[in-house]
Amino acid sequence: MKSEEKYIKDITEIRSMMERSTKFLSLSGLSGIMAGIYALVGAYVAYRLFYVDNGSLLYNIIDRQEMTREVENLIILALVILVLAIGTAIILSLKKSKKDGEKIWNSAARRVVINMAIPLVAGGIFILILLSKGLFGFLAPATLLFYGLALVNASKFTFEEIKSLGIVQIILGLLASYFIEYGLLFWALGFGLMHIVYGIVMHLKYEK
Amino acid sequence: MKTFLDDLHKAFESRVRLGIMSALAVNETLDFTALKEYLDVTDGNLASHLKALEKENFIDVKKSFVDRKPNTKYIMTKQGKKAFEEHITALEKLIRSQK
Repeated sequence: MKSEEKYIKDITEIRSMMERSTKFLSLSGLSGIMAGIYALVGAYVAYRLFYVDNGSLLYNIIDRQEMTREVENLIILALVILVLAIGTAIILSLKKSKKDGEKIWNSAARRVVINMAIPLVAGGIFILILLSKGLFGFLAPATLLFYGLALVNASKFTFEEIKSLGIVQIILGLLASYFIEYGLLFWALGFGLMHIVYGIVMHLKYEK
Repeated sequence: MKTFLDDLHKAFESRVRLGIMSALAVNETLDFTALKEYLDVTDGNLASHLKALEKENFIDVKKSFVDRKPNTKYIMTKQGKKAFEEHITALEKLIRSQK
């Protein structure tokens, strides 16, 4: 029956419009994989630079004078990884949105950015305060925790898998703050491995 | 059968109008540009469909200025929400009844 096809098409279109107008779906799985690789390289560099040099312990309250240089290097390293990961995500999302014929900076994208930015900015400031007090060991747990919260918060406006990725990051962050001597390892698991795993899953699920 | 068809609102026969209502059902407000992007239609076409929905009292229009440029926002009215929900239920029932 012809009309039945029309009704089904109407429903499909209603659904697609609701999704497209509320969810940012231009996120590419590949950018997750790339972010994970940058994070693993970064974690390795951090391990060589900071853990090997002075035995292992970055997490005690250390004399500020002595550590300033290393902390500066660590912050620079973290910023380089961050810029690379975000840059890659933006470029790949632009490509994907062009392919799908979507505008990248739509209201859903704005919602994702705003909802991620609130926990991330709060976390960033919190981490700077920790560093200024010499609590370097909490760097890895705090980044995991706030990043996880940001993902859970933004997940309503993008792929639903992002929520479980966020929860995994929160759990890793809590574990990292308890087993603080393994902070870097948990960080590499969360930002490195989990990004790669989720990136591959999303790529296979949505981009094939 | 007849009753289902009665619930299918004439105003939603057009694909553009159905699209406008779907987008407004899940977004508190949307401006003209956003709707245009989602629906991929010309300004004139979109404006005439919006006018029609406004006439039915299904959507509300809020005009304001952002950086001295006119900005028109659209909101779904309670009446519009009700009509849209009825329309979807009717569609579902029709599909089911024909299976």
